[in-house]
Amino acid sequence: MSETNGNSKSKLHGLWALTNRDLKKWYKAPVIFLLSIIQPILWMGLLGKAMNISALIPTNIPGVNPATVLKATLGTSDYFSFMAVGMISFTALFTTMFSGMSVVWDRRLGFLNKALSTPVSRAVIVFSKVLSATLRSMFQAGLIILITVAFGLQFGAGFSPLYVLGVFAIMFLICVGLSSIFIAITIRSTRIETPMAVVNLINLPLMFASNAFFPTKFMPDWLQTIAKVNPLTYTTDAVRQLLIFSTDWTQLALDFAYVGVFAVIAATIGIVLSWRFLSK
Amino acid sequence: MSEEVIKTEGLTKVFNKHLTAVDHVDFSVNHGEIFGFLGPNGAGKTTTINMLITILKPTEGKAYVLGFDIAKQNDSVRNVIGVVPQEYTADEDLTGLENVLLCADMYGIPRRIAKERTEELLKLVELTDFKDKKVQIFSGGMRRRLELACGLINRPKMLFLDEPTLGLDVQTRAATWNYIRKLKKEYGMTLFMTTHYLEEADALCDRVAIIDHGKIVVVGSPEELKHGLGGDVITLGIKDDDDVSELIREVEHVKDVKREDGSYRIKAEYGEVTAPFIIEALRKKGHTVTKLSLTEPTLNEVYLEYTGKSMRDAEESREAFAAQRMTMRRARQ
Repeated sequence: MSETNGNSKSKLHGLWALTNRDLKKWYKAPVIFLLSIIQPILWMGLLGKAMNISALIPTNIPGVNPATVLKATLGTSDYFSFMAVGMISFTALFTTMFSGMSVVWDRRLGFLNKALSTPVSRAVIVFSKVLSATLRSMFQAGLIILITVAFGLQFGAGFSPLYVLGVFAIMFLICVGLSSIFIAITIRSTRIETPMAVVNLINLPLMFASNAFFPTKFMPDWLQTIAKVNPLTYTTDAVRQLLIFSTDWTQLALDFAYVGVFAVIAATIGIVLSWRFLSK
Repeated sequence: MSEEVIKTEGLTKVFNKHLTAVDHVDFSVNHGEIFGFLGPNGAGKTTTINMLITILKPTEGKAYVLGFDIAKQNDSVRNVIGVVPQEYTADEDLTGLENVLLCADMYGIPRRIAKERTEELLKLVELTDFKDKKVQIFSGGMRRRLELACGLINRPKMLFLDEPTLGLDVQTRAATWNYIRKLKKEYGMTLFMTTHYLEEADALCDRVAIIDHGKIVVVGSPEELKHGLGGDVITLGIKDDDDVSELIREVEHVKDVKREDGSYRIKAEYGEVTAPFIIEALRKKGHTVTKLSLTEPTLNEVYLEYTGKSMRDAEESREAFAAQRMTMRRARQ
């Protein structure tokens, strides 16, 4: 027994090793790493710059100023800034969605069974997947902020670089919540097609039934109802409050509370479901 | 020392309430032996091993591994066993060294000790030269050896091997057998393995359990099992036409003699020892033996006797499975 006595007794042992295993697949593969950087740039170029909303507003009518119209509808006079922040939520959704895929691979290739035969905790196996997806999207969020600044992001009045930490905090919460859900969905499936179908079904509706690309107040009522419960709406709003609006602290606190509760509930459900499944 | 390292009592696994994969299995594995589970596809070998290594919970019955209850003390079991799974589970995108260290982390082994052991184990499985290469470029045999190194990282008292040579060529298979023998001999380790290769069970295992439809049909050493069939077959011919059946029947260990087309078909236990006595007995009476052949029963005959079918069909579907897995691995890259 003396041999095992030196081993870590912590319930969390192996968490970083398993998380890092997933991260290495990303940062040690130059092509994948590069693509994950290019992807948000492409989206921003296409959606943010190509969709020049302010050009739709006629300038030849006296008393109509595109900047004021946009300010009244979007909360900022620059659609690109509005959109770019939506991209951050978009990245969170897409990166976490695919976290489920690596669980399917681990199952099919037998790695999951091997991990299960070691004393590593079941919760750690699940949480390492959540954590690696979360860290990846937090990195990408940071990158998007840098890129958008280069493309001319207009910060809100009273912005301080410290607010970026708030962006990371809200990203952490939403990613933990979302990836827990996606992992709980995928952990039972042995085929890669099933989670793909699920993900394809829900990603765009989830994205567009939020305020990421368009303010919810102009949406039809039924869509507004969905947008109001969609945690991405609150995430996007929190990031906007921090970066491009003049910060409304009450609204920001509400956003954080909503996304925080969502993260705790989703992570609990996700981890409990996966745990039960893994120890059957 | 023949303490029981594994003991099962009515171990049963039922999937989806009606599919009984393992049906009230009782067996024990002694300290320091290589114990083999032999059976066709779907016989319940992997399900049994998965219960013993605490991946699956038994539906009914109990099992103890090194004295720990697999259902109630699963973490204690996990700490003292090593597992070499059927699949190649090493991560293709990591190097050999990184893979073994990852396994060490899953056991919570401190980094310093893990590094020492990894070096040692990679040397044992002769992968030191490839430790910094990505597993992508590893051959099947190298991957199997890497799995072995991972399975040994926690210095297990007992090692579980699920189909250790599935899909390997003859040479690599023989090399893998040598590693397994070495573990038993030099480290005094107890090994539990499943296999569907009869030669493998014959060459490696001290004791074999033949399992079919979730039930153990017979347990014993390969020798015992083969002798249990009634012994070897000796075919011999003599120079003259006299009937010497009675003479042969009097020799010790001879069980049955048949005269067919001038030659004799003799069923005897321990054929290689009995044959010289038969020759001697015949010579004493003035008969000259002109030809002699000895056929030992193989495990295939044992298998046939107890399960009523040959191993071949099962083997073919296994090869198909291995081929499919290779395709999947390539698909991932």
